[in-house]
Amino acid sequence: MSDLHSETSVAFVRTEQVPASPPPASTSGLQGWLRENLFPTPLQSVLTIIMGAIAGYILWLALDWAVFHAVFTGESGEACRGEGRQDGACWPMVFTRFPQWIYGFYPVAERWRVNIVFLLGVLSLVPMLTPTLPYKKFNAIFLLGVYPILTLLLLTGGHFDITASTWLTTFVFVAAVVLPILFLGFVAKIISPALAAISSAAIAGAAALLLVLFSIDFGLTYVETSQWGGLLVTLVVAVTGIVASLPIGILLALGRRSQMPVVKLFSVAFIELWRGVPLITVLFMASVVLPLFLPPGTNFDKLLRALVGVALFSSAYMAEVVRGGLQAIPKGQTEAAQALGLTFWQNMGLITLPQALKLVIPGIVNTFIGLFKDTTLVGIIGLYDLLLIIQTANTDSNWAAPQTHSTGLFASAALFWIFCFGMSRYSMFMERKLDTGHKR
Amino acid sequence: MKRTLLSLALGAAVSVAGISAASAGTLDDVKSKGFIQCGVSQGLIGFSNPDDKNNWTGLDVDFCRAVAAAVFGDGEKVKFTPLSAKERFTALQSGEIDILSRNTTWTMGRDTSLGLVFAGVTYYDGQGFMVKKALGVDSALKLDGASVCTQTGTTTELNLADYFRANNMKYEVVAFEKSDEVIGAYDAGRCDVFTTDQSGLYAERLKLKNPDENVVLPEIISKEPLGPVVRQGDDAWFNVVKWTYFALLNAEELGVNKGNVDDMIANSTNPEVRRLLGVEGDFGKGIGLENDWAAKAIKATGNYGEIFEANVGPNTPLKIARGINALWNKGGIQYAPPVR
Amino acid sequence: MSVVTGGDAPPKVAYFNDPKVRSWAVQIALVVVVAYFAWQIFNNTVENLREANIASGYGFLDTTAGFDLSFTLIPYTESSTYGRAVMVGILNTLLVAVCGIIATTIIGFIIGVMRLSKNWLVAKVAEVYIEIMRNVPLLIQILIWYKVVLAALPSPRNALSVGGTVFLSNRGVTIPKFIWGEGSWMIVVGLVLAIAGIWWLYRWARARQAATGEQFPVFLTSLGMLIGLPLLGYLLAGGPLSFEFPEQGNFNLRGGVGLVPEFAALFAALTIYTAAFIGEIVRAGILAVNKGQTEASYALGLRPGPALRLVVIPQAMRVIIPPLASQYLNLTKNSSLAVAIGYPDLVAAGGTVLNQSGQAVEIISIWMAVYLTFSLVTSLFMNWFNSRMRLVER
Repeated sequence: MSDLHSETSVAFVRTEQVPASPPPASTSGLQGWLRENLFPTPLQSVLTIIMGAIAGYILWLALDWAVFHAVFTGESGEACRGEGRQDGACWPMVFTRFPQWIYGFYPVAERWRVNIVFLLGVLSLVPMLTPTLPYKKFNAIFLLGVYPILTLLLLTGGHFDITASTWLTTFVFVAAVVLPILFLGFVAKIISPALAAISSAAIAGAAALLLVLFSIDFGLTYVETSQWGGLLVTLVVAVTGIVASLPIGILLALGRRSQMPVVKLFSVAFIELWRGVPLITVLFMASVVLPLFLPPGTNFDKLLRALVGVALFSSAYMAEVVRGGLQAIPKGQTEAAQALGLTFWQNMGLITLPQALKLVIPGIVNTFIGLFKDTTLVGIIGLYDLLLIIQTANTDSNWAAPQTHSTGLFASAALFWIFCFGMSRYSMFMERKLDTGHKR
Repeated sequence: MKRTLLSLALGAAVSVAGISAASAGTLDDVKSKGFIQCGVSQGLIGFSNPDDKNNWTGLDVDFCRAVAAAVFGDGEKVKFTPLSAKERFTALQSGEIDILSRNTTWTMGRDTSLGLVFAGVTYYDGQGFMVKKALGVDSALKLDGASVCTQTGTTTELNLADYFRANNMKYEVVAFEKSDEVIGAYDAGRCDVFTTDQSGLYAERLKLKNPDENVVLPEIISKEPLGPVVRQGDDAWFNVVKWTYFALLNAEELGVNKGNVDDMIANSTNPEVRRLLGVEGDFGKGIGLENDWAAKAIKATGNYGEIFEANVGPNTPLKIARGINALWNKGGIQYAPPVR
Repeated sequence: MSVVTGGDAPPKVAYFNDPKVRSWAVQIALVVVVAYFAWQIFNNTVENLREANIASGYGFLDTTAGFDLSFTLIPYTESSTYGRAVMVGILNTLLVAVCGIIATTIIGFIIGVMRLSKNWLVAKVAEVYIEIMRNVPLLIQILIWYKVVLAALPSPRNALSVGGTVFLSNRGVTIPKFIWGEGSWMIVVGLVLAIAGIWWLYRWARARQAATGEQFPVFLTSLGMLIGLPLLGYLLAGGPLSFEFPEQGNFNLRGGVGLVPEFAALFAALTIYTAAFIGEIVRAGILAVNKGQTEASYALGLRPGPALRLVVIPQAMRVIIPPLASQYLNLTKNSSLAVAIGYPDLVAAGGTVLNQSGQAVEIISIWMAVYLTFSLVTSLFMNWFNSRMRLVER
């Protein structure tokens, strides 16, 4: 068989492809990667070596301090004093004081209340933030409506002193809200009378329900806000700030884009006023001057004052974030809504805001990160937030040791970093997720 | 329109959460709410200091307890608000607290132009200096060219400037907001000298890494009468606070103390003691309290001497001698008008 | 307010459905409510101040302060006025802000370019830097610099010294003080001449390049002039400059010019924190420039360096500048954290005045007015700059 062929043709015909030879060793695998990314040119190689040396040195310093020379066990500052023990972190201080970092001076017997608040927060926030999970609407109602009240009752203990004058003030405020709605419904007929009646009743009912809820004695011990501290205060300030700033920010953003000159002027003035000044001056104002603005003899809680300051401040930033979202929605959407005969608020509520708010979720998260970092400032006006609680160890004679200061500061830096880095990753994830539909 | 509605709604929420309007008289207010709100410092060992369970101890704290006991018969019916130097007067002016017992120096300016009034001097103090022993300084007059750590917004800062100018010395000031920061900076070697009221020097020294390596210089450069403060124009409350202080002094003078007060009520024949403890006369009624108000106060905290000994005296870490804070008949200047 | 025109009268609408009427009603209501609140606040404040017996007004600024400040740019003693103390604070804020802005811009641009480097390690280092710095609160960073890094320096008695002229200790940096002798004005004249010359040279070189295409080494010539001309003035005047060297005193170093550690800590933390944000802005700006631009410039024969400098960066600047401006403003506002470490900036010095005088409303209004002025000036400048940098289209 083969003889026949070999005699008739000497030409070599290749019937299958030559297998591809492997790439030169210098361009593949680890070696190739190194060449490509670290040592492509002599200049780059020098740069790599210098960078590597610097990075390596810093890393070694950090590890040396945090691990190799650190003290991990001990009962008091004694463990972190003396030759060979005072060059590294003093971790036992962190371990013993950790509960205080979380709860502050909150009475030990009542800490379960804080735990419930934390747990409920996580349980409702995680499904809220995971885009694939359903029931967002109910979750949002719980988070924004029920959860804050529950938190307030649990943390303080409820059983507020609701006097006749409180009822009267509330009645006046409710009337101020309800009467215009009724006017719009029954006289001006801009909204349907039924809707007006129902919403008025709902507002009045909710207000009354709240007052009753606040006055009920649940048998919980009253815990003053001056006893709150640590992560609890940090989270209360940051979350309240962001939740309160969202509605105010939306209204301000709409106001800033309004056609009405007065509305626009006030909105711009408000936004620029708060954005132009540092938070610390706002906090000083809230803690020192705010009481002077109220009728003589009135006063309210120090934490609440700081919260008011933080909420005003962050709502200005939130307004700018929301405005960015509103600007990204094409004008055609509004025009289409108008063509369908929708009113301004229908358009906003059903068409523009839902799209705009979705777009600004990353922006909101970024604002929250900024606010979360800024909560450290409330320590300057004497609220025992996480940073200030951590620093109290510095003057505790029980933990007097050379590294107490640095351990506390680096530990708090690490704690804040974990929170902020996590949130920024979430923000980037949402950005990618939301990116798809809106690229024009 | 909506925006203002919203802020009104917010206002309502605020009013629910904590606004309480004070009526004219603090004493009536205090009686109706059932406790005294007492402004104290954010942590000064021996005067007002919270432990990690938020139990407050100290001389300033005990004074508030004594007032509470005089009003309610229970020294625990008092709540403490820690205040910074910056907040203390506004807190009292705005009615956030009923009494400011926070090592506050009585000066003419504060007494006359802040709408406040000092009710007495619970501790006669004076500003001093602390330095590291290693510097080998034994007199404040040798501090020319030194860096001095101090707290901003206090009389300390002003006295310091006056003292160095009067003695024609140069110095460099390093000032912080909080006393913890001041002592921390001194400990870290940011400055050579730490200055505050002398009682404070002894208290803060305990927070240092090596308390024994520091020495308090003998010079006292100012008069610092520290005492409780109340709002001006509220005479009933002012009298309660002022006379609680006097009662504690009189009790020490008459030998009435925590341990023997019940016995004294039953058995004492000394008319002065009987008047003080409310067995004779209607002096308590005169200041709007029960007649045994002083007895209750003494029962809760002890007399002035006991309070002093328990918080700052020689047997405490502070180890401060009575000095000018002894009674007038024992070489000091603590003197109280008689109950009569 | 409906206007009837010709025969086509618009259908009559109820007054409350007329957009104009509604708009006016809303605005008037808003003005009334805001005015009511403002009046209420004003009234309460006046009432409270009267009750507390506090005199209002800015007259207190002329009163003697009686306290000292640790770091001043203008002469200040304890017998100066409150107003001067506030002025010292404003200048200190400006000092740390200006120094910080210059340094953070340099570091930020380096980080931003590093972040885009093809060198894996360089890019990673920049990324780690950004992620760490911007996710740790600034206040913590300031405290770390102040209480951990700078506190580790030796005491003044054992100060590190560079050739006996510059000293470094936990009381800060001390450098020799310049003592200007007779004829020092010639040095200043040299400096002014140099700056004027550089400006002229720059314009001339640009015109020449536009006309002939020839380039002129502007940078090196400028550097030479900047150093050479003042040096010439110094020599002509016969060397009038002398130095006062710091030396060991009883407690501190005596003489020389000192820079307090509070400033150093604040400056370092502000610079490094803001640089992380600027790095990200620069990166985004460079990425926003179309890749075609780089390719086109390579096609024209530009090497990577000039391509980046002449083609990419100028275009990226349009994207970079607006967020950069807001970072500058943030840095200025963040400098108010000085109060935590006792650097007498506007907030800290003003806070001391507030404590000593009790004039809370006035001091806070000064704070806000000054910071608002800063932000207004910055945004005016940025608007002007933006309009100059804007893409000019046909």
